Amino acid sequence: MGTFSRHRLAAVALATIGALLATSGCAGEDAADDGQITLTVDVFGQLGYDQLYQEYMDANPGVKIVERGTGSNLDEYSPRLTQWLAAGKGAGDIVAIEEGLMVEYKANPDNFVNLLDHGAGELKGNFLEWKWNQGLTADGQKLIGLGTDVGGMAMCYRTDLFAKAGLPTERDEVSKLWPTWEDYIAVGERFKAANTGASFLDAATNTFNTIVLQTAGKAQGYHYYDTSDNLVVDSNPAVKQAWDTTMKIIGAGLSGKYGSWSEEWVSAFKQAKFATIACPAWMTGVIEGNAGTEASGKWDIARVPGDGGNWGGSHLAVPAQGKQKEEAIKLVKFLTSPQGQIGAFKAKGPLPSSPQALNDPAIAEATNAYFSGAPIGTIFAEGAKTLKPVYMGPKNQAVRTEVENAVRTVELGQRTPEQGWQDAVTNAKKAAAK
Amino acid sequence: MALQLDARGPTGPAPGRSRLSRAGRLSRIDAKYSPYLYIAPFFVVFAIFGAWPLAYTFWVSLHDWDLLGSDPTFIGVDNYTRLLADGDFWHAVVNTLGIFVISTVPQLLLALWLANLLNRQLRMRTGWRMAVLVPNVTSTAAVAIVFGVLFGREFGMVNWLLDLVGIDGIEWKSNRFASWVAISAMVDWRWTGYNALIFLAAMQAIPRDLYEAAAIDGANRARQFWSVTVPLLKPTIIFCVIISTIGGLQLFTEPRLFHSGTNPIRGGPLRESQTMTMYMFENAFAPYYNFGYGSAVAWLLFALIAIVAAINVLIIRRVGSGTRPPRDARKGGFR
Repeated sequence: MGTFSRHRLAAVALATIGALLATSGCAGEDAADDGQITLTVDVFGQLGYDQLYQEYMDANPGVKIVERGTGSNLDEYSPRLTQWLAAGKGAGDIVAIEEGLMVEYKANPDNFVNLLDHGAGELKGNFLEWKWNQGLTADGQKLIGLGTDVGGMAMCYRTDLFAKAGLPTERDEVSKLWPTWEDYIAVGERFKAANTGASFLDAATNTFNTIVLQTAGKAQGYHYYDTSDNLVVDSNPAVKQAWDTTMKIIGAGLSGKYGSWSEEWVSAFKQAKFATIACPAWMTGVIEGNAGTEASGKWDIARVPGDGGNWGGSHLAVPAQGKQKEEAIKLVKFLTSPQGQIGAFKAKGPLPSSPQALNDPAIAEATNAYFSGAPIGTIFAEGAKTLKPVYMGPKNQAVRTEVENAVRTVELGQRTPEQGWQDAVTNAKKAAAK
Repeated sequence: MALQLDARGPTGPAPGRSRLSRAGRLSRIDAKYSPYLYIAPFFVVFAIFGAWPLAYTFWVSLHDWDLLGSDPTFIGVDNYTRLLADGDFWHAVVNTLGIFVISTVPQLLLALWLANLLNRQLRMRTGWRMAVLVPNVTSTAAVAIVFGVLFGREFGMVNWLLDLVGIDGIEWKSNRFASWVAISAMVDWRWTGYNALIFLAAMQAIPRDLYEAAAIDGANRARQFWSVTVPLLKPTIIFCVIISTIGGLQLFTEPRLFHSGTNPIRGGPLRESQTMTMYMFENAFAPYYNFGYGSAVAWLLFALIAIVAAINVLIIRRVGSGTRPPRDARKGGFR
């Protein structure tokens, strides 16, 4: 009796070990029930694909599309994606890659399908040349991702707060208020003097990013790294110039100091705590999402001070670890086609990277009801066709983080502008060496 | 069963005999080895999820290992020597120890006091005892997010309350000490009840006649607590201290979720409340992708936990012997 039940116990123990080994060793196969395949798309922010998925699924009844990560920010998304790639498991069939991180992923192209092997070469004419090149490895042999959007710039503002401060609210007049960043600061001082209870802008880091990409694009076309991948944070006049302009904005007390993408930032949107925000095309979707429907019609879009420039924009890539690569490649081609980019633009505002799409009347004539009917097509598209992109070096993201943090410490009064600049330079060098 | 077979054995025919002795042999093997089988699941699981990652992490820490790269190069202890000269690393160590001290010490004292209260005759005693565990059941992420909002600079309730009593708002997230306090509050809220229940369980094992004897000797409640309860609780206190040390030095979720926005893994623009685990994550994953360096941080964290746990045990031992009641011999008899 005793031995019998003991044997049974041993069997149970063995079975438990077996089960544990099995679950740890080879978890879940992507079971294709009823002959359907499921394609997973990993994104961050708002790419505006819902309608396109539906179209694609209607045209391809055997395919089901699931999107993960909508609304998450890049800082949550990129470590996750990196872990999936490093582990060789877990990534979606399609993943979005932001331009600043493209450099790092491109350095290890074997993690992704070379789209040139799958007929992407003939699509080259569908993309702005620099956007196409961003997805290409240094030797030009491999194409990691097809372009989705670019980040043409503007300045979004709240008409109700402008009215309260006695400033013009009509978008052309507002644009005329600030041809340069100096003028923008002057307007900010007027706004501040009116004591509306709101700040003039959300966070100095957002404004800094806009200015640095603008000045760098206008000058030599690179900011933190030169085109030979030397770190030039301290010697590139474009970076210092952008820094100094940002320091003036901070010095004038115009920033609400809401750390960008933080919960406070989102609350500040909801409670109308700031009047302007530097606004790349993709930001319009973020504003709408954060400020909510109750702020509809209270926002508008004006020209950005200074000249046009580019901030952000992504590519879609197919990880090599995927099991349904052929199907995924087809979907990527569909989503990044001129028509796909137009659809995404209409849904959430990311500006197309395709010249055909940018010239399409659907874009040129597009308006956005949320932003008081602003002609977003003309505002963003005009700059996008002519803008000079900024080159991003190997540790771009890490360096950018350090510089942004230095801006933030000055903004919060933890450092003087001089100390902040020293921090930015030393920490950027340290980050680049890691 | 075995006995019966043995008894029948000698009278049985030859083939049966061999069969029977086989059963006997099996039963001997069973008695000898199956206990190992029963405890094996733990060790198998530990080997897979504990020992192997530990060894692998050490192996990784000896390499220049880009997380996405394909060919890591062996660099020996380079990562460790660089790490020991890394100011940000030591900054994270100080943060971790600081948060650990200001959270664990009040937490365990509070837990001890709570347990003492719960050990008395109360109405709805079970209800109270269960209630102290409720914070522990809630998810860390939810707690961290709620506290993150409570301690907000502009829209936070804590600053609002401070404002009511005429104190200027505190920059909870970008002031080093303030952020330590806020995070400690979170940790304490969550773990005090848990420790209190462990203490309570140990208290109930203390024989009541000890207290009666102490009372007859004229010891009041406080005296009984320090001279009877605390010394007898010493093994439990040591257990709780070690558990808290491990948990406290590995603090990650609370400080990580306390900061939201761009690059929260830094724990504030000047790394105000970046703990060691956060520093490990920052290096191994975004934005540095330096797996080897991150692994080296993990191993130094392991070493630090071992050291701090050892120091704690020494201190607790010392403290315990200092407050021993005068009549040692008698108490010893009860142990």
